[in-house]
Amino acid sequence: MKTVYSSIAGLLAVIAIAGAPAAALASKSNDTLVYASDSEPENVSPYHNNLREGVIIARNVFDNLIYRDPATGKYMPQLATHWTWVDPTTLDLTIRQGVTFHNGDPLTADDVVFTLNYVVSPDAKVVTKQNVDWIKSAEKIGNDKVRIHLVGPFPAAIEYLAGPIPIYPANYFKKVGLDGFSKAPIGSGPYKITAVIPGKGVKMEKNTHYWKGSPLGQPSIGKLDFRVIPDAETRLAELMTGGVDWIWRVPKDQATQLKSAPNITVLSAETMRVGFLQFDALGRTPGAVPFKDPRVRQAVSYAIDRKAMIDNLVGGGARIMHSACFIDQFGCTDEGVPRYDYNPAKAKELLKEAGYPNGFKTEIYAYREREYAEAVIGYLRAVGIDAHLNYLKYAAMRDAHRAGKTPITFQTWGSFSVADASAFTGVWFKGDADDSSHDTEIQTLLKEADTSVDTDKRLKTYQKALKLIAEKAYLFPLFSYPANYAFTSDLVFTAQPDELPRFYAAHWK
Amino acid sequence: MLSFTSQRLAVALSVALTVSIVAFLLLHLSGDLATAIAGPEATAAQIAEIRHQFGLDRPMTLQYLDWLWRALHFDFGNSFYYRDTVTSLVASRMPVTMTLGAISLMLALVIAIPLGVLAAVYSGTIVDRLALGFCVLGQAVPAFCLGLGLIIVFAVHLHWLPVSGTASWKNYIMPSVALGWYAVPAVMRLSRNGMLEVLSSDYIRTARAKGLRPTVVILKHALRNAIIPVVALAAVQFGFMLGGSIVIEAVFNMQGLGYLAWEAIARNDFPVVQAVVLILAVIYVALTFLADVANAFLDPRIRLA
Repeated sequence: MKTVYSSIAGLLAVIAIAGAPAAALASKSNDTLVYASDSEPENVSPYHNNLREGVIIARNVFDNLIYRDPATGKYMPQLATHWTWVDPTTLDLTIRQGVTFHNGDPLTADDVVFTLNYVVSPDAKVVTKQNVDWIKSAEKIGNDKVRIHLVGPFPAAIEYLAGPIPIYPANYFKKVGLDGFSKAPIGSGPYKITAVIPGKGVKMEKNTHYWKGSPLGQPSIGKLDFRVIPDAETRLAELMTGGVDWIWRVPKDQATQLKSAPNITVLSAETMRVGFLQFDALGRTPGAVPFKDPRVRQAVSYAIDRKAMIDNLVGGGARIMHSACFIDQFGCTDEGVPRYDYNPAKAKELLKEAGYPNGFKTEIYAYREREYAEAVIGYLRAVGIDAHLNYLKYAAMRDAHRAGKTPITFQTWGSFSVADASAFTGVWFKGDADDSSHDTEIQTLLKEADTSVDTDKRLKTYQKALKLIAEKAYLFPLFSYPANYAFTSDLVFTAQPDELPRFYAAHWK
Repeated sequence: MLSFTSQRLAVALSVALTVSIVAFLLLHLSGDLATAIAGPEATAAQIAEIRHQFGLDRPMTLQYLDWLWRALHFDFGNSFYYRDTVTSLVASRMPVTMTLGAISLMLALVIAIPLGVLAAVYSGTIVDRLALGFCVLGQAVPAFCLGLGLIIVFAVHLHWLPVSGTASWKNYIMPSVALGWYAVPAVMRLSRNGMLEVLSSDYIRTARAKGLRPTVVILKHALRNAIIPVVALAAVQFGFMLGGSIVIEAVFNMQGLGYLAWEAIARNDFPVVQAVVLILAVIYVALTFLADVANAFLDPRIRLA
């Protein structure tokens, strides 16, 4: 049914693009950038969702302590004007004076201390635990001085402080609690949230009092309107009629067609997001029992033709990945890591060796790019594995996966745009909720890598861990995701590989 | 009439009660509720505490009665996904679905009844065939496909109507057409058959023999009687539209009840699914009951049957 739906919808989209008149452009005139995406964060509080749409809101509404220049990769002062390592587990920061939150409260060292201590407290129930669990505690050691105590040595700390660790207003948060905060979040960033409407989206307005000298620059566009539109064809139609100004994750075929549409700019770029298959190597459900055998996991890896998937489905900008991380992240490498090039004959052979000459039945879980998951199912069927698709919303799939109910999970991971392998490999292999292999050897290696101050040692230990992961085929990396952005030609917008649309840096022509 | 009504009411109430049991069990089919509420990283002690706090350690019957009592007071608990009560979620989504359903039904009736009358009056001719063809088309084209087609023509090409959302009355036109068209065939065929039956009856022959104008005979004498079953069908169709607008609401990105149900199913947000199922079912049951009573009132023969 879905394939019929897709092909009809695709056909209609092509017809629509081919003969569409110039789009009516209303948004530049009222200075509102309407951007649409398919999912909405379960909670707008940045520590309480791990959805990309939530990360985008976080970066436009909140400030981080440190800023990483996407062009040079250099760290620059943001809310922290200065930072020094006292020792490998103690980091001192000086907090900038004169910054105010959207409600007028001054941002002080107390807010920083509160935020960091709150997010590591069990009561906070943050869902982005892997981003903060290196922090032990924070304390105020002077009027504008904050000291962070680390759980252990963690050289990537600066990278994390420059990413998924926004600063909350202590007094406001204590007053309204998480429930109140998720309905009306307050930050200090270039945009302030004016409305959170579940099911519809989030409205934002330019923070006209945004602090001067911020490395983010001053926002230019007056209003941002994030609209949730689950249907891809509807998003496309909205863009073409000027109802929406900016969409992304445009499928390859539509992007190609859109290039010929007037007044619409199409931008294709690689992102840090990597798609992969994760196997329940612990065999916690009947369908997952075969995956306890490494040969079965290897067979699946050999069975899938990633190049054909990129050529036919994914499109330009994608790269095949061989390691369980994004290749440009610090510590990520595929040197010496075994490769699983497409070889269905070998896959069948391995299945036979493992005692499944006729294949077996299993379940696959996915939450986005259904067509990729369907392609994978097709390849599995060709070697005799009958995988049934369970297509769920992310939070539901995540919960099922964490409960050990998913034999194969089609995951994608954008590492919260953190350019360090710990943000990828660590999440899936360090024994936390998302680890479904629980290999203590890998866990030890990764813990060692994440905590060694010696750069060379870090790199080598990561390589060892990545090699082991690939040998045992716990996780089969597919490819990096390209992003196809399509937006009104009135907009000046540049994309970065970290998959973070910086609307605060966009402006009208 | 009174015995008929009370009989029907008893049936309606027992159906509603059965649905409530199914809806209640729905929540418990999803696995351990306490674990679901506590979240994926809760400790066993936290889960036990929640189990006690929510009264999940009590006997099932007691839990059901308690739930039913709350449901009767429009208290369906909290959504697992949104940090909000189910009642306020449903209340915020209800108007969209109700408006959409009402407009669609009106549209379906306005198109279907005249078509049915025409088809009956010109039965067997090309008019009859064309009317039937129009209806079949509405039922044969899948709603999403019709929806997208309408978007392409009226929004993308002609720029007459907005693509999606619920911002103005214009947003309701295309979804109502897509949803209403689907109901046209049933209503049209029923009014056609009713008309055919009535037109061949004695009193119409008498009316014609009296020399009354054909329009008067058709509209005043025939239609009034032929339309009785349509009243019942319209009520049922309205219930169907409330439940069946899921696809349309998704295509046109309208945040209605159907869309909420669809989202909630995909998110395992069982309290919301439960509430929507129960509410839609109760509305459906109530509409059917009202239709039965209205029919019996209009046509005394039904009361005796």
